[in-house]
Amino acid sequence: MSRTTHLPSSLLRAAAATGVVTLALTACGPGSGAGSGSGSSSAGSGDVKVGLITKTDTNPFFVKMKEGAEKSAKAEGVKLMTAAGKFDGDNAGQVTAIENMVAAGVKGILITPSDSKAIVPAIEKAKAKGVLVIALDTPTEPESAVDALFATDNLKAGELIGEYAKAAVKGKSAKIATLDLAPGVSVGVQRHDGFLKGFGVEKGDPSIVCSQDTGGDQAKGQTAMENCLQKEPGINVVYTINEPAALGAYTALKAKGREKDVLIVSVDGGCTGTQAVKDGKIAATSQQYPLKMAAEGVKAVVTYAKDGKKASGYTDTGVTLITDKAQDGVTSKDTAYGLENCWG
Amino acid sequence: MTATSTPPSTSSPYAELKAPTTARRLLTAPTTGPLAALLLACVFFSLSTDQFLTGGNFSLIIQQVMVVGTLAIGQTLIILTAGIDLSCGAVMAFGSIVIARMAAEGSLPPLVAIALGLVVCGGFGLLNGVLVQKIPLPPFIVTLGMLNVAFALTHIYSEEQTVTNLPGPLTALGQTFPLGYTDVTYGSLVTIALFLLLAYALSSTGWGRHVYALGNSPEAARLNGIRTSRLTIGVYTVAGLLYGIAALLLISRTGVGDPQAGQTDNLDSITAVVLGGTSLFGGRGSVLGTFIGVLIVGVFRNGLQLMGVASIYQTLITGVLVILAVTVDQISRKKAR
Repeated sequence: MSRTTHLPSSLLRAAAATGVVTLALTACGPGSGAGSGSGSSSAGSGDVKVGLITKTDTNPFFVKMKEGAEKSAKAEGVKLMTAAGKFDGDNAGQVTAIENMVAAGVKGILITPSDSKAIVPAIEKAKAKGVLVIALDTPTEPESAVDALFATDNLKAGELIGEYAKAAVKGKSAKIATLDLAPGVSVGVQRHDGFLKGFGVEKGDPSIVCSQDTGGDQAKGQTAMENCLQKEPGINVVYTINEPAALGAYTALKAKGREKDVLIVSVDGGCTGTQAVKDGKIAATSQQYPLKMAAEGVKAVVTYAKDGKKASGYTDTGVTLITDKAQDGVTSKDTAYGLENCWG
Repeated sequence: MTATSTPPSTSSPYAELKAPTTARRLLTAPTTGPLAALLLACVFFSLSTDQFLTGGNFSLIIQQVMVVGTLAIGQTLIILTAGIDLSCGAVMAFGSIVIARMAAEGSLPPLVAIALGLVVCGGFGLLNGVLVQKIPLPPFIVTLGMLNVAFALTHIYSEEQTVTNLPGPLTALGQTFPLGYTDVTYGSLVTIALFLLLAYALSSTGWGRHVYALGNSPEAARLNGIRTSRLTIGVYTVAGLLYGIAALLLISRTGVGDPQAGQTDNLDSITAVVLGGTSLFGGRGSVLGTFIGVLIVGVFRNGLQLMGVASIYQTLITGVLVILAVTVDQISRKKAR
């Protein structure tokens, strides 16, 4: 009895399995999105493959980075493979991607490490197989674990907004809130330290009245700012790790009717963020150039494939202070320039 | 218990029915569909890219699924009892940080640190089991709470720092040995051995039959003299110990103790269990099915990557596969009734 009733269900299962694979076939068929699009360009100059591994593939910063790599790969006639972690901090996902790309025979890998230390053993294994590994945006720890680093000088990015904020408060006594990234993440630490340096205060200075981690997230930035205002209502300068955190802070300030008299500075230069500078929500931001990092990275791998010459050391991909309220003695560009060069 | 007496029935007077019966049983095994999907996927990727069908690549795929695979064995046990464990990845992450810090900074002998990690993870399992059984609380809620507890402890204890410079024995399972022309990691063997061991325990021991009985109907199991309370707590504890082994495998694979690890592994392990044909309602399924399930995920990830398909499509396909697998389970349940 039970056997006869089972038979149809097994057929159903087989049908489902077939359906699954058919689906996979369709999904992987020609002309299905970015992967195969860039793949078709490999017909040109042999079969040099370049891998790009980002922290996530949803953050606009990395989307722009991928775009830069795709353009550059097309121009150079090489095949680009991309992968990303599932979330910021997904080291295991990045390790898997490195292994798969090495198995696919890439000549070089460009990676924005999610965990600067944890990724190192996997990078070393790839390098041992003759793969050029370049870190983009975020350095590894130690920095020498990769062949080269193409990134924003985050200390300088922080310094620029620090100097700007100092000039903008014009000697008024400052009460500073810092909305930071997360403990132990080098990018966040460097921007924070750079800001303090530019502003001319030491760590632990009494003018820094509140410091909170936001993970660079808008909602967490808002919560952090609300708590900071609770702690010290007189805050008049807010340093933020990135523009989402800055916009979160703006929302919190606006709820208290303080958005006009508090100076928010940030780092990133995303299009949403730059627009917020234009709208006066953020006073100034340090703009960075992810597209350039990736494009330069692809070029470096192509050079390595052609001449065997490995890129090395640190390449600064540049940072520009964007504001519409320029301060004397602080070099900056306006938001028209910023919006032309923004990412996301 | 009577269900296990099917073998003698083959000696029935209708001997000519024997062959179709075997064929039917093969077809109706819950692992048949997943296995067919896996094989078809392998055929497809072999035709699509030359780098797929190599010993080295298969060794790589197994190496890539060993951590989630080991977690999924524990997850299968719990799901067979009609439970669920959302805390497995977080418990593993905590175990790995305990092992890594104790050995690297606490200067404990590596083997003692590993044992301590197993005890910690087993302890979490035991606690889950006791809360589920004794209070009693729904497994979903207990393990949701434990997920947060273990996650927080991981970050508190690690001070958000990745632990590096681990002593050799901790990463020994990540080392490879040559098998023919292929390098295989020792950790892959551990995972395969665990799958075989638990497959045997579930299919051929009284304990295994009791686990199925418990999942089918706790009340009937109790009335049949099964000590369901001890059994439930035992299952969660065994699962916890398996998470401890997964913690060691994780360390050996990445070479570091990483507090960020395992954040999606709870759902990934449930995905593997479901893809392998195990029913979320308990009582139906097998760990070998789960092995096929993790391989399906691993093969799609690897194959699509080799083809140069962006990673977001891997997630998309996994999602569709899960829904298909659960649909098939539901429909076949209705038909069986």
